[in-house]
Amino acid sequence: MSGNSFAYSEQAGGGEATELGQEATSTVSPSGAFGLFSSDLKKNEDLKQMLESNKDSAKLDAMKRIVGMIAKGKNASELFPAVVKNVASKNIEIKKLVYVYLVRYAEEQQDLALLSISTFQRALKDPNQLIRASALRVLSSIRVPIIVPIMMLAIKEASADLSPYVRKNAAHAIQKLYSLDPEQKEMLIEVIEKLLKDKSTLVAGSVVMAFEEVCPDRIDLIHKNYRKLCNLLVDVEEWGQVVIIHMLTRYARTQFVSPWKEDDGLEDNEKNFYESDDEQKEKTDQKKKPYAMDPDHRLLIRNTKPLLQSRNAAVVMAVAQLYWHISPKSEVGIISKSLVRLLRSNREVQYIVLQNIATMSIQRKGMFEPYLKSFYVRSTDPTMIKILKLEILTNLANEANISTLLREFQTYVKSQDKQFAAATIQTIGRCATNISEVTDTCLSGLVCLLSNRDEIVVAESVVVIKKLLQMQPAQHGEIIKHMAKLLDSITVPVARASILWLIGENCERVPKIAPDVLRKMAKSFTNEDDLVKLQILNLGAKLYLTNSKQTKLLTQYILNLGKYDQNYDIRDRTRFIRQLIVPNEKSGALSKYAKKIFLAQKPAPLLESPFKDRDHFQLGTLSHTLNTKAIGYLELSNWPEVAPDPSVRNVEVIELAKEWTPAGKAKKENPAKKFYSDSEEEEDSSDSSSDSESESGSASGEQDEEGDSSEDSSEDSSSEHRSDSESVSEVGDKRTAKRNSKSKGKSDSEDEEKENEKSKTSDSSSTDSSSVEESSSDSESESESESESESKKVTMEKEKKTKEDRNLTKDVSLLDLDDFNPVSTPVVLPTPALSPSLIADLEGLNLSTSSSVISVNTPVFVPVKTHVLLHRMSGRGLAAHYFFPRQPCIFGDKMVSIQITLNNTTDRKIENIHIEGKKLPMGMQMHVFNPIESLEPEGSITVSMGIDFCDSTQTASFQLCTKDDCFNVNIQPPVGELLLPVAMSEKDFKKEQGMLTGMNETSTVIIAAPQNFTPSVILQKVVNIANVGVVPSGQDNIYRFAAKTVHSGSLMLVTVELKEGSTAQLIINTERTVIGSVLLRELKPVLSQG
Amino acid sequence: MLTAPSSRPSGLARLQGRKGEVHLQPACSGPRPKRFRLVGVPRRASAQGEDLAIHGEPEYQQLGPQPQASALEDKLLTHLNRRPVRGWRPDELGKMIHSLFLINCSGDIFLEKHWKSVVSQSVCDYFFEAQEKAADVENVPPVISTPHHYLISIYRDKLFFVSVIQTEVPPLFVIEFLHRVADTFQDYFGECSEAAIKDNVVIVYELLEEMLDNGFPLATESNILKELIKPPTILRSVVNSITGSSNVGDTLPTGQLSNIPWRRAGVKYTNNEAYFDVVEEIDAIIDKSGSTVFAEIQGVIDACIKLSGMPDLSLSFMNPRLLDDVSFHPCIRFKRWESERVLSFIPPDGNFRLISYRVSSQNLVAIPVYVKHSISFKENSSCGRFDITIGPKQNMGKTIEGITVTVHMPKVVLNMNLTPTQGSYTFDPVTKVLTWDVGKITPQKLPSLKGLVNLQSGAPKPEENPSLNIQFKIQQLAISGLKVNRLDMYGEKYKPFKGVKYVTKAGKFQVRT
Repeated sequence: MSGNSFAYSEQAGGGEATELGQEATSTVSPSGAFGLFSSDLKKNEDLKQMLESNKDSAKLDAMKRIVGMIAKGKNASELFPAVVKNVASKNIEIKKLVYVYLVRYAEEQQDLALLSISTFQRALKDPNQLIRASALRVLSSIRVPIIVPIMMLAIKEASADLSPYVRKNAAHAIQKLYSLDPEQKEMLIEVIEKLLKDKSTLVAGSVVMAFEEVCPDRIDLIHKNYRKLCNLLVDVEEWGQVVIIHMLTRYARTQFVSPWKEDDGLEDNEKNFYESDDEQKEKTDQKKKPYAMDPDHRLLIRNTKPLLQSRNAAVVMAVAQLYWHISPKSEVGIISKSLVRLLRSNREVQYIVLQNIATMSIQRKGMFEPYLKSFYVRSTDPTMIKILKLEILTNLANEANISTLLREFQTYVKSQDKQFAAATIQTIGRCATNISEVTDTCLSGLVCLLSNRDEIVVAESVVVIKKLLQMQPAQHGEIIKHMAKLLDSITVPVARASILWLIGENCERVPKIAPDVLRKMAKSFTNEDDLVKLQILNLGAKLYLTNSKQTKLLTQYILNLGKYDQNYDIRDRTRFIRQLIVPNEKSGALSKYAKKIFLAQKPAPLLESPFKDRDHFQLGTLSHTLNTKAIGYLELSNWPEVAPDPSVRNVEVIELAKEWTPAGKAKKENPAKKFYSDSEEEEDSSDSSSDSESESGSASGEQDEEGDSSEDSSEDSSSEHRSDSESVSEVGDKRTAKRNSKSKGKSDSEDEEKENEKSKTSDSSSTDSSSVEESSSDSESESESESESESKKVTMEKEKKTKEDRNLTKDVSLLDLDDFNPVSTPVVLPTPALSPSLIADLEGLNLSTSSSVISVNTPVFVPVKTHVLLHRMSGRGLAAHYFFPRQPCIFGDKMVSIQITLNNTTDRKIENIHIEGKKLPMGMQMHVFNPIESLEPEGSITVSMGIDFCDSTQTASFQLCTKDDCFNVNIQPPVGELLLPVAMSEKDFKKEQGMLTGMNETSTVIIAAPQNFTPSVILQKVVNIANVGVVPSGQDNIYRFAAKTVHSGSLMLVTVELKEGSTAQLIINTERTVIGSVLLRELKPVLSQG
Repeated sequence: MLTAPSSRPSGLARLQGRKGEVHLQPACSGPRPKRFRLVGVPRRASAQGEDLAIHGEPEYQQLGPQPQASALEDKLLTHLNRRPVRGWRPDELGKMIHSLFLINCSGDIFLEKHWKSVVSQSVCDYFFEAQEKAADVENVPPVISTPHHYLISIYRDKLFFVSVIQTEVPPLFVIEFLHRVADTFQDYFGECSEAAIKDNVVIVYELLEEMLDNGFPLATESNILKELIKPPTILRSVVNSITGSSNVGDTLPTGQLSNIPWRRAGVKYTNNEAYFDVVEEIDAIIDKSGSTVFAEIQGVIDACIKLSGMPDLSLSFMNPRLLDDVSFHPCIRFKRWESERVLSFIPPDGNFRLISYRVSSQNLVAIPVYVKHSISFKENSSCGRFDITIGPKQNMGKTIEGITVTVHMPKVVLNMNLTPTQGSYTFDPVTKVLTWDVGKITPQKLPSLKGLVNLQSGAPKPEENPSLNIQFKIQQLAISGLKVNRLDMYGEKYKPFKGVKYVTKAGKFQVRT
């Protein structure tokens, strides 16, 4: 190796002097010095010495020079041993540069590279997340096969890291490891599966990227994460958005039925596509006439729409192709505006976007017609852009706008850019063939161009006229004569050939001219281009057949010339023609038909867009741009005829929460039961085999037979939902179903309550718009748009209500709603798509890793209870209430967020409400709200603030001041509000619990009436008191809740274990024993009281 | 520069040289024409010659020292790539961006960066080939397919950014990313030029390393990058050289980890200021007779925000419905805009583009200037007449300033002999570009430019009159009538200084003659 590199360095050295010369002129900088080194090996020695010196500055200097060498593409591999020593340097910049070097050369110096591995392994354990992430990044970039197991381990660990940034890097590392060693695929898929469940927007893009790279065919991994991805999409970083949208497009094409059937009357271009679907269509036509879009399908379309407004052209294009490929035809129109906007961008963006518009405009003129003028060509556009614009203008041409367009084309024809002018002429030809009204106008226009001074223009016109004339064979003798004259002046071979062909074809219409032309051509035959020669032969043959008297000798002369031509094509053609037309003994029967062969009616050529055949590539892809299948292109599948089981996308609700949903959701109890058992079987089988499509297909078929229109998707999915839960509980415990039915009646009423509460709290939270952080306000406003779907739901629900038992239907749709807009409502019941707890649980069953997933969850329940901060009597008319919204605080992650509602009960304005005189115990911190300028009489305002209570129940005292007064107030947090819910699996819970025994455990026995020990009641009570997350439980007599303290992040594990009789054991495990015991004290009376 | 033998002959220079063109002019030197075009050689007519040029290419290359080296390197690399256990396999291919080459306009590869295994420089030969074929830098296709790779390139500031792709990827993804890279260089070094990049090669490398991981974009927000890698300043480089401290930030880029990735944390200013520039550009095509063929307004709001802490701003307009189509910086809360037409956002620190918008062509666009023109070339004579006058049309009572007229004259024009009543003009006989710097319009005396055009004798007179590209500027006016209503700040206590500025400019404003 080193021998080689020496040789190479010397080679490169040859070019050095010249480069140096250039650099010297362009820059007087250290970079000029880079050139010197690779040519002189002694200088490399010098670098080595610098690297071995004690001074960081020398090392840094050396590394900078080495990076300069790498940047220039020069070989610096011989410095490897010297560089790799510095991998553990304390200086961050040296370290980074060593990383750069290492990644570049590790593959070539594998043994030496191993020396650095331990450094990274150590760094992987660093408490600083950025260091962990960067260590993982470099480690995984070192392409040394020996360290594959180490990488695998590191990835697995990092994928369970608490920091989403590290998890993001783990997702990147997956691809790197896969490309290094594809045999790790199965293991990597497991990691991908786990990371797909991640709720962080930071991770989503990267893991989908890894998915696309490693296992794009494992579409089944997406099901459970589909809704989450749709909902997170807006907040994912731009690059991730592109990848996710492309993946979801593919997903949608396999999982939903075509939404195009209804409105296919609008566009007839889909014909070939529909043909395949015809049978199915008939079938469906009989059964149900309206097509109802799967709500998940709708969800995707709706959630991508805002991204059309992205500043990133790639995102806009990705959304555009999504709409093009999966949305109903009537909705595609909205993308055109955004695409046209992109035309203002750089030339490269324009180029790609115009190509895609060109393909779209062939199929759907209407979309871009309003923007016709945006495609007008400017003289300053690059030629490739001009030609693409022209292409689109042609596609958009119709009877209505053709006259404007032709006027525009007239300007273009005169352009100085001749390539563009030629393209314009072709365009005119195409318009002429497509729009019969203007054929004559165009033709005469083109004939005018024949007298143009520019040869290219004339040649192109000739070719186009030839094609046009072919369509209208008769009555164009004049034009042909004119063109015959042109033969003297035109030199472009294609044009000459075209004229000759035209004369040959119409030789009977111009009987005088044709032989004369042949005579002239015979004279110049030897100097002609091959293309022209062939046409001369053709002309001769045709004339020989029609007018042999005048042309016999001429033709034979030409045939003789052709016989000795240098080009074998011409010789072949000559021989063939001679045999065919000149009768002799050998020629046989064929020569009788010579005339028919040569002068047959020829079909007119179709002038088609070059973008015609591109539509089978997914828009926006490289393959589409190149019009060939690029390596790694993933075909977009056709819509399935029958939608695969939509329930696979349902994410199981946390078990306890699930029990609130009543058991029977179908119209009547009886069919429901049957139905349920059916689907149970199916679920079982689809569980075992990863490919659930066929079974699920039959499932929905069955539903159809039952007379349900699949429109009742909420109903369907909810019932599927249940069956899902069934299959799950089968894995864990069978008794859930029974419990379900028991607790049904009760939970109904509770749910109603809950819903009310929910709406109340969300109301109050939405009034506070001023300082809410991005995410929450986003979701808040999102809920507005959700309400549209909600109202849809409501109407659907109403329909159902007419037939259905009222009690039973009630919260079906409620849960469903939650199902597909989890992030929408800031204060929600357990949000299935977001709660990975059960998933984590399941994962615990099949994943061998012992890592735990601990991440903050959304609150299970937010009590509406408000506390009085300041009574209106003592506040002289100013009343203040506070309430804990249980949201992560936006002012600091160690703070508890508090919402304060201020009311003015006086009849005058209260001005300048603010906070002063904070008296906080040691360590506590407080983020106050902005002063409120004024509060109108009877007015009310909600503000939020954050207090870091340091995980204690100490009181935060401060003064609430107005312009005139100051009131001493204080907030003492209930211990349950010092927590943030945590999602974890049962397995992790047990593991953590095992570590928190002894001093860290407090427990007590509760005695209460049995009706208090129903799952829902327990859940209700616990979450009312404390902001904890529900841990799914495999045993139905044990309930587990997990949370972490806001300040220190210590785990707080709550267990309620039902015992014989009416007792229960309440256990709390936490490092924070004080809070633990306080919480225990608070929970005990609540749980025991009736 | 011209005489220095270049190790890799420039694509353009090579082409011109072979065509026997007199102006062997590397495209960089001298004032660069907007459209660089092979002078006097129509493409079609020279088809044969060009074929030759392409076929001749390999021969030519073997003579030079560099290609030989690259061939050797190629061999070396294939050898190296094979050595680690496995050979070339399709599943080994990575997605997204594999390598990046920076090429200057004379065809030198002056920087390369590989995110995966090394791709030989020789892959760029396909690019040079395409460049040669295109004749004009603007016409180099952005996507080129080669046997083993795909090349996606952008042309920015006289540099080509050529990225090597191995598998299917949305081309816009790469293009957009490359532009983001160029933007970052611009941001860091004040210009995106070869000299600046060479001077800061280490920072460039560090940036590229952070921006892309395994070919997938990692950190592209300038706020984050600036926390990771500090931009060079003269002061800092002096300090660094003395103290040995580094450009690499040792603080953590908090933004990257938060859900407001575009803003860095802990921003502090003594003067808190927020400035908004509403810049509108009129794109128009005016036909011969002076009537508008096409016109629309493209606007942007650029912001310069220097506010401490985490301010939450909301900007509202008097007439938000004017905005037909808007694209947003990611910081803007889309739903808020949808429902209330208010721009609500936590801004990035420093300069950024808040929104760009379009006011549709359906609305009538006021055209602030008119041009009277009479350009004629006499048949069979070597001269022509040139006469243009500019006047104000609908200027809303504001002065129109900074007017410049640029005309790409036909190729047969040899020289122009003109007299302006105002301002000054230049004519470049090589590129045939006439530039007239007019300045302000005073309605009392309209500026005009008159004179004679010398044509190449014997050549046919030009088919078409050249179109006029006009630039102008109107201060304190948004031509669409857009008005910012108010800016509110939440989340912080101080009172910031707020300012809004309006400017209307000509965008792609073209008058056909």
